[in-house]
Amino acid sequence: MSRYRMHLLVCGGTGCKASQSDKIIENLNELVIKNGLDKEVQVVATGCFGFCEKGPIVKVLPDNVFYIEVKPEDAEELVNEHVIKGRVVERLLYIEPTLKEKIEQHKEMPFYKKQIRIALRNCGFINPEDINEYISVDGYQALGKVLTEMTPQQVIELMKKSGLRGRGGGGFPTGLKWEFARKYESDIKYIICNADEGDPGAFMDRSVLEGDPHSVLEAMAIAGYAIGASKGYVYIRAEYPLAIERLELAIKQARETGLLGNNIFGTEFSFDVDVKYGAGAFVCGEETSLINSIEGNRGEPNNKPPFPAEKGLWAKPTSVNNVETFANIPPIILKGAEWFSSIGTENSKGTKVFALAGKINNVGLVEVPMGTTLREIIFDIGGGIKDGKEFKAVQTGGPSGGCIPKQYLDTPIDYDNLSKIGSMMGSGGMIVLDESDCMVNVAKFYLEFTVDESCGKCTPCRVGNKRLYEILTKIVEGKGTEQDLKDLRELGEIIKDTALCGLGQTSPNPILSTLNYFWDEYEAHVKDKKCPSGVCTALLKYIIIPEKCVGCTLCARVCPVNCISGQVKKVHEIDQNICIKCGACQKACKFNAIERK
Amino acid sequence: MCKNKLTEKMFHELDVYIDSIEDKNGALISVLHKAQDIFGYLPSEVQLYISRKLDIPAAKVNGVVTFYSYFTEEPRGEHVINVCFGTACFVRGAEGILRELEDKLKIKAGQTTPDGKYSIDALRCVGACGLAPVVIVDGKVFGRVKKEEVSSLLKDI
Amino acid sequence: MGQIKSLDELKALRDKIKDNIDIREAGEQDTNIRVLVGMATCGIAAGARETLNALFEEAKKQGVNNLTIIHSGCMGACHSEPTVEVRVPGEEPILYGNVTPDKAKEIIDKHIKNGELVQNLIIGKPFETV
Repeated sequence: MSRYRMHLLVCGGTGCKASQSDKIIENLNELVIKNGLDKEVQVVATGCFGFCEKGPIVKVLPDNVFYIEVKPEDAEELVNEHVIKGRVVERLLYIEPTLKEKIEQHKEMPFYKKQIRIALRNCGFINPEDINEYISVDGYQALGKVLTEMTPQQVIELMKKSGLRGRGGGGFPTGLKWEFARKYESDIKYIICNADEGDPGAFMDRSVLEGDPHSVLEAMAIAGYAIGASKGYVYIRAEYPLAIERLELAIKQARETGLLGNNIFGTEFSFDVDVKYGAGAFVCGEETSLINSIEGNRGEPNNKPPFPAEKGLWAKPTSVNNVETFANIPPIILKGAEWFSSIGTENSKGTKVFALAGKINNVGLVEVPMGTTLREIIFDIGGGIKDGKEFKAVQTGGPSGGCIPKQYLDTPIDYDNLSKIGSMMGSGGMIVLDESDCMVNVAKFYLEFTVDESCGKCTPCRVGNKRLYEILTKIVEGKGTEQDLKDLRELGEIIKDTALCGLGQTSPNPILSTLNYFWDEYEAHVKDKKCPSGVCTALLKYIIIPEKCVGCTLCARVCPVNCISGQVKKVHEIDQNICIKCGACQKACKFNAIERK
Repeated sequence: MCKNKLTEKMFHELDVYIDSIEDKNGALISVLHKAQDIFGYLPSEVQLYISRKLDIPAAKVNGVVTFYSYFTEEPRGEHVINVCFGTACFVRGAEGILRELEDKLKIKAGQTTPDGKYSIDALRCVGACGLAPVVIVDGKVFGRVKKEEVSSLLKDI
Repeated sequence: MGQIKSLDELKALRDKIKDNIDIREAGEQDTNIRVLVGMATCGIAAGARETLNALFEEAKKQGVNNLTIIHSGCMGACHSEPTVEVRVPGEEPILYGNVTPDKAKEIIDKHIKNGELVQNLIIGKPFETV
């Protein structure tokens, strides 16, 4: 095995790949060979670094220099200057916006400073397509330890003591889930990894599978040993081709090295994993729906109980855990329950990965200890709001969560605090909204999603959400009444109480939370027929200010529907009945004489 | 190549795949994935064929096909344009981009132009939120797309 | 690839291949002693690459794992290439000149392992870094 003195880590995650990181790797490799350095310098395609806003990322180790927004043609300068001459290429360094200083080492960046990486520990550090790199960072040691030194009961006790809770949304204690599944006697049991990451705006599961697939496989085998299962399935979205490719490669490598298969580590324990593809149904993130889908059926939920721990896949005891949950498990086994439970808050231990997106400067993937405040995440790590605008709200938990307003920015986030303020942890999507976002329209966006994704099995979700959506549409079109606002709340509460599965029970959250915190915006839409953020086009008006209009006729000429009338050198007028609010006139006017209200 | 033709060769390819599956129990969704790969879409002939081959009622096959948004019963255009409608893209202007595309091509999301050249779809999050808003043309991801760039994007296809 | 049949085998494999990852990990350790080798054109011409490799080999042979070896640009002492700068955290950096591969060994033996300066090689304390 050769040893390289310098490592060029290039992000090979989906985001950076879309910005040609493949080509960067190709160019770097070519130049390294051309300069006869291929025995000294290694170019490594890693998983996601999390700093997606400024991708593609190239990190040089051991120098520990962090380059951003690298283009394929920059490869030449990187090799000639940094690799050969040891001179840092200043123009590709990250510039800290608040300090206006260039930062060489990524640890100094506020984006990374407050993060603790457990689930993402290997993302952006090892080559996910090489099992040896995973083994080098103590990979599969946890499985070895469990199989040779611990009883299944001890593994479950350790998980319970660590306080790890499910990272997929519900937050159910993982150790307890395993204990239930262990309790039921059966000839065969199953472990399922839920990688059906459906929350639009959350991409941590994809990143873990792309950046560190072996850690998930290892943890699945540990779970299998704990509950007495010999077979595992990863249920993954078909929309994640790169993650699927790396996962399948990882399974192949693990089988070849005997880390999956029969008699692992020479023990009695056998375990194998297969991949099952989702087909674009959000409800399949719900465990009973997911099980139906693996069985080849429509992914509709079942009533619980019986829980999957008793009757799951093919009616056998099954434990369904999420990707991020699994990624936490090997370090817990190796470092102990005390280590893990020393991080986080009273009832939420460890870290949580959040996908920061929306109107924020540093879009990306961050992993912080439970109990970090929203302010720290959004303003310190996330670098604040884009274009210097005002923060309005942050949406957490995706279509099942709610919008959190400014006054709760200092809330330490964990499972309980988020539910207390009307949202939820969910899978960890965090969408930041600014002053130009209309909260009614945001609520409508999520409802449209739920209506689309409702499987139709139970009436409250199928019919109720549709009605909620219709009322919201009415409101944004300026036809809402005060009764509509009352109906929204009442119907929302009913759906919450009566829907069959998690999807329906949480689908009114975006409406209920915005009704609570942004009541005045709803009122403005209904009473004043105005959209305070200027988003809802039906409530907008373009008006010509007579004092400013010089009668140049430009606006009338650009109007696509010919609704502006007036003679040359006379004040023009917009016919509000015909106007389609396209804004072309405002853009064309050289005298700022057209106002949008 | 005309995509709408169902050739014998295609059915043969599907046969080979189905025969290679050891445990046909629960294999329906995998088979549908493969079939859509081969045929480009899942017309009723193909669904019936799969139903007979796997010995599953055709109604159930159709029930599964229509349940999942990934499967389509209509042939897609030569070029498929997907606009990501994840939340991050939505708040960064995906709606305007989709509307612009619909205007330019004179079809709605989910439809195909009459000449069979283009299809537009609104897609759930592809996870490239750092590049929002995102448009995917024939599998290639375009990031930070502006409404004004839609025409030039179409021209380049 | 062979099958791994026991935990010991896994550990043995890890130890065999861990070197490579160690270099990456070392880069992220702030407490490590950083050894910079001047690798500008003049340094390379004077044999800096051999010196660099010698430092690596020697550190590995002696099991010294608290140092990070980095190549840097021209350090302004072109008359004494190859040059090596040793930065012990909390101490002033020391610049050595004319470091041939066998002198590299001496630096590891004395300075890195025992904190003892190799007086005859010192060409100065480098300029203040900001």
